[in-house]
Amino acid sequence: MTDMTGETILKRSTYRSGAFEARLRRRYRAERWFQRAGIGAIVFAGLMLVFLLGTITLNGFTAFWQSHFQVEVYFDPAAITPSGSLEQSALSAGDYQALVRAALLKQIPAASSRDGKRALMELVSSAATYSLRDMVMAEPALVGTSRPVSLLASDNTDQFLKGHIARTAREGERTLTDRQVGWIDELTAKGVLTRNFSLDVLTRANSRQPEQAGMWGALIGSLLTMLVTLALAVPVGVATAVYLEEFAPKNRWTDLIEVNINNLAAVPSIVFGLLGLAMFLNFFGMPRSSALIGGVVLALMTLPTIIIAARAALKSVPPSIREAALGIGASPLQVVIHHVLPLAAPGILTGTILGLARALGETAPLLLIGMVAFVVDVPGSLSAPSTVLPVQIFMWSDAPERGWIERTSAAIMLLLGFLIVMNTVAVFLRKKFERRW
Amino acid sequence: MRIDHSDWLPGGNGPPVKITARAVNVYYGAKQALNDIGLDIESNRVTALIGPSGCGKSTFLRCLNRMNDTIDICRIEGRIALDGEDIYDKVIDTVQLRARVGMVFQKPNPFPKSIFDNIAYGPRIHGLAQRGPEMDEIVQSSLERAGLWNEVKDRLKEPGTGLSGGQQQRLCIARAIAVSPEVILMDEPCSALDPIATAHIEELIDELRENYTIVIVTHNMQQAARVSQKTAFFHLGNMVEYNDTEEIFTNPRDERTQGYITGRFG
Amino acid sequence: MQSTILIAVIMGLTLVGYLLGRSRAVAVAGGRLSHLHSIPSYHGFFVAIWAGLPAFLLLAVWSCFQDQLIASLAMAGLPDTVRQADAQSLTLIKTNILNIAHGIATGSEPEPSLREAAATYNQLQSLAGFCLLALGSALALAGIVHARRQISMDMRARNRVERMLSIGLVLCSLVAILTTVGIVLSLLFEAIQFFSRVPITDFLFGLHWNPQAAFSGDAAGSFGAVPLFTGTLLITVIAMLVAVPIGLMAAIYMSEYATPGARAVAKPVLEILAGIPTVVYGFFAALTMAPAMQVLGSGLGFDVSSQSAMAAGLVMGIMIIPFVSSLSDDVINAVPQALRDGSYGLGATKSETIREIVLPAALPGIVGAVMLAISRAIGETMIVAMAAGLSANLTANPFAAVTTVTVQIASTIRGDQEFDSPKTLSVFGLGLVLFVVTLILNVVALRVVQKYREKYD
Ligand SMILES: Nc1ncnc2c1ncn2[C@@H]1O[C@H](COP(=O)(O)OP(=O)(O)O)[C@@H](O)[C@H]1O
Ligand SMILES: [Mg+2]
Repeated sequence: MTDMTGETILKRSTYRSGAFEARLRRRYRAERWFQRAGIGAIVFAGLMLVFLLGTITLNGFTAFWQSHFQVEVYFDPAAITPSGSLEQSALSAGDYQALVRAALLKQIPAASSRDGKRALMELVSSAATYSLRDMVMAEPALVGTSRPVSLLASDNTDQFLKGHIARTAREGERTLTDRQVGWIDELTAKGVLTRNFSLDVLTRANSRQPEQAGMWGALIGSLLTMLVTLALAVPVGVATAVYLEEFAPKNRWTDLIEVNINNLAAVPSIVFGLLGLAMFLNFFGMPRSSALIGGVVLALMTLPTIIIAARAALKSVPPSIREAALGIGASPLQVVIHHVLPLAAPGILTGTILGLARALGETAPLLLIGMVAFVVDVPGSLSAPSTVLPVQIFMWSDAPERGWIERTSAAIMLLLGFLIVMNTVAVFLRKKFERRW
Repeated sequence: MRIDHSDWLPGGNGPPVKITARAVNVYYGAKQALNDIGLDIESNRVTALIGPSGCGKSTFLRCLNRMNDTIDICRIEGRIALDGEDIYDKVIDTVQLRARVGMVFQKPNPFPKSIFDNIAYGPRIHGLAQRGPEMDEIVQSSLERAGLWNEVKDRLKEPGTGLSGGQQQRLCIARAIAVSPEVILMDEPCSALDPIATAHIEELIDELRENYTIVIVTHNMQQAARVSQKTAFFHLGNMVEYNDTEEIFTNPRDERTQGYITGRFG
Repeated sequence: MQSTILIAVIMGLTLVGYLLGRSRAVAVAGGRLSHLHSIPSYHGFFVAIWAGLPAFLLLAVWSCFQDQLIASLAMAGLPDTVRQADAQSLTLIKTNILNIAHGIATGSEPEPSLREAAATYNQLQSLAGFCLLALGSALALAGIVHARRQISMDMRARNRVERMLSIGLVLCSLVAILTTVGIVLSLLFEAIQFFSRVPITDFLFGLHWNPQAAFSGDAAGSFGAVPLFTGTLLITVIAMLVAVPIGLMAAIYMSEYATPGARAVAKPVLEILAGIPTVVYGFFAALTMAPAMQVLGSGLGFDVSSQSAMAAGLVMGIMIIPFVSSLSDDVINAVPQALRDGSYGLGATKSETIREIVLPAALPGIVGAVMLAISRAIGETMIVAMAAGLSANLTANPFAAVTTVTVQIASTIRGDQEFDSPKTLSVFGLGLVLFVVTLILNVVALRVVQKYREKYD
């Protein structure tokens, strides 16, 4: 024992030795590096988030400014209705392109050659022609008069003005010729070509031309799809949760359901697309590309999320409340409907919103059931062909023209806006109703 | 920093003092857990802290090696000195302090590692030894001093969590001994153990007294009477009485102490 | 449209049924309401269920078969010469007819016979809609009459309603099971058809993936899925190299170091990252990361295509960071404080405690979390589709364009395929592999995590 004491005393002094202190400094250095690595991880995630959101916003906000030609248009009867008839059918067949051409030639007389005219017309969107036609058909009295009109510029013009097409690039390497660039400069200087704030990107339907494309159709499609998802997933999900949590006996069957739900929650979303394709499209013959089938597929995908959230919410209702209600003679079902569900409602609602937010951003399974079809019309019913915002984003991002980048980014801004609102509401609900019994 | 603590001591000629506490107040948030505690813990003795649960025994014990630093809401006032050195001074390093003041917890908490690595962990991080014969020797001597060597010498590579409760607690004591502390703090080390394991540990504590200063929190008054030389009685965050163990148990000065040791409350 | 009206009508009748049932119960009781076995509203619910349920069931069953039935009826009206065609072109014709009927532009001017068939189709549709409306309303009314007759003083309306509701609950809980069964059946059924044309060994071990070639005859040799598997693996590995260290360090920082203030900032960052749809990550990858990789790669002397495994993998890694960190956070928090205290009590620093005690203790849980993350990465589609491309290259070069199982599924199918081409069916073979692999990963991971939780509970 005595020599052990000696050894102990020897070691005690080591905690005051210089060697120990030096080691201690090394240990604290390692400590700081470790902590820095942790901060670094968070900062990296934060920077990536800022980078992502920044990229999207910087690319997207220009979509809300659109270039237009402010020109005087002469509604030439000879071009619109050579026969002189003001019937709608006659008016709709008119040569409105000639009106556009004439109006622009007035501004750039130098472009009067055949080639020149064509090059000039490339600066305007094809939508300009249609908008003139619509104006005349709505108001036939316009024929023969002149009127200042704002004509939508083509994507190339617009992108050039926004600086996305490099002025310095050599002629063959950009989509505009030097001559066209000269005209754009001239018209801008004259104040004919202007950029105006425009919500067209939100309010127009889809188009193959970027400057005309809007996301109204996809927005409505998303809305309809979410309605179907909501109508299916919430009742079924809540009923399943109530059954499992409140009534189901604990046996192998309910264990199976439980394991099944947990696994279903982790099945890749695209597999649900295959289910939709083989089962609902091919076997049941549900309408392809429709909000109905999209909603059904997303509902099945969202179901586990809602069940799990609803079960957690039901679990958090203390048993004392059930016992109290049973004690005054309520039937088990009455207890659940009158007492337990209202108390669990905020939790269920939060889970539902989060599940829907995920469904709203989902793309892959919808590709498989044909929601990528190019749909111009705004869907009018659940079975009409439609598309949804994320799929629209996917399709737009795939197109080559430079103008699609800002359209895509703007659509993403809208989608993220929705998601942020939904998540904020969910967080708010959770905070507000967070209750501790 | 040296503190002249002659003014803190009742007299200069008692047994050597290892730890002095003066005017210690501890708060958890707004709630005060300890109220103006002052006591001297003598070297190479076993000091028992007794009192009803919730009276602040563990809190006081955890002040002695600054384990309370790991609790965010905990705030400490007053002075505690180890060998005359204020342990709450800025220059004091908690790593160094805790190497000198080891701790054994209420519930055995062996690390999910092998028995060998459980013991070797402390010496390794402090650089007392690296792997090799030197470390083997530390592990063996620690386990021997904790009275566990014969039971585990053939299965040093097996996980420490596979031992019985009493063995686990002795493993935790061996783990504390392995870094050669000067003081060992034990927070109800036997409360999770059966009587035989408890007897084992009590024996061990008595042996360890020779080389270490031991502070033990216990709930069990017979245990305090058996293992300790000094006893402090805590009540509602106050230290009611501190005296030789024999005095406390045979001749308590305060009626609360008397009430507690005779089992009228607690 | 018609079904919308029908749904409205049935709902209206259900409401009427409720009101009638309730008033009937009140009338039967004749002022002595307390003598009724069940309160009047239960009688109302009882009648309402009888009104709504059969009619809705009819609607559901009917709409399952209506379209197919009518389509074949419309096809029957086509000239014989057309109907003699082989199955494949018949499907095409059917699609055309449906497109015309739904007013979807098909490009060229359709043939008159097709237009006629489409007109028949539309006619039959409206006729069927009308029949359904009549039948559904009649059924609802019959239900009301039938149920109302049964109302009496001591009818146990409450018990009957509750019984039906309980059955409803059980049926709802079956939906989750049926979904799984549906997935398994549709994958298996179509995959078996595929494997009857392309031997399963050729599929699993073949080195060339070129479904396009299948049309020019060589069906078996063009469905070797190994390049897809390696592409998936390559991207998953890159994603994990990003997500696991960063996600784990983020979780450690959040649970062990962060002050409440720091946590209040860091947590939303991770939550927002987790909430961003994958298509947005895909766009981000294609727009910024792919060009960046091109610059980086050519700087390193690689020949980088505009799409690369690297770009997709990195962005997928970023996407998975919050997933890893939130799972690891749970796992790390499950490590008992007593272990940390034991380590601090020996004089260990925080990072020593974390590295030597907390992480080894949490290891099984972290392994489970990583497995779940891998399963997530394998099943991810959009990022890869937008940033890694479609070319089935058998390569380990992270700067090359590769493709994955999911991308091949998504790019082959657009909802309008004929189900008998091997190209379409191959997708179900891929889907089956995907499903099985992710299922195994999930089951094992959930087991591991659960075992781990039990250990410390
Ligand atoms: N981490 C903590 N946070 C808040 N209050 C605590 C904490 N630990 C202990 N307390 C409170 O401090 C008082 C003393 O506790 P403790 O020292 O554990 O008592 P004892 O060990 O004597 O039973 C108790 O009232 C307890 O509730
Ligand atoms: Mg205690």
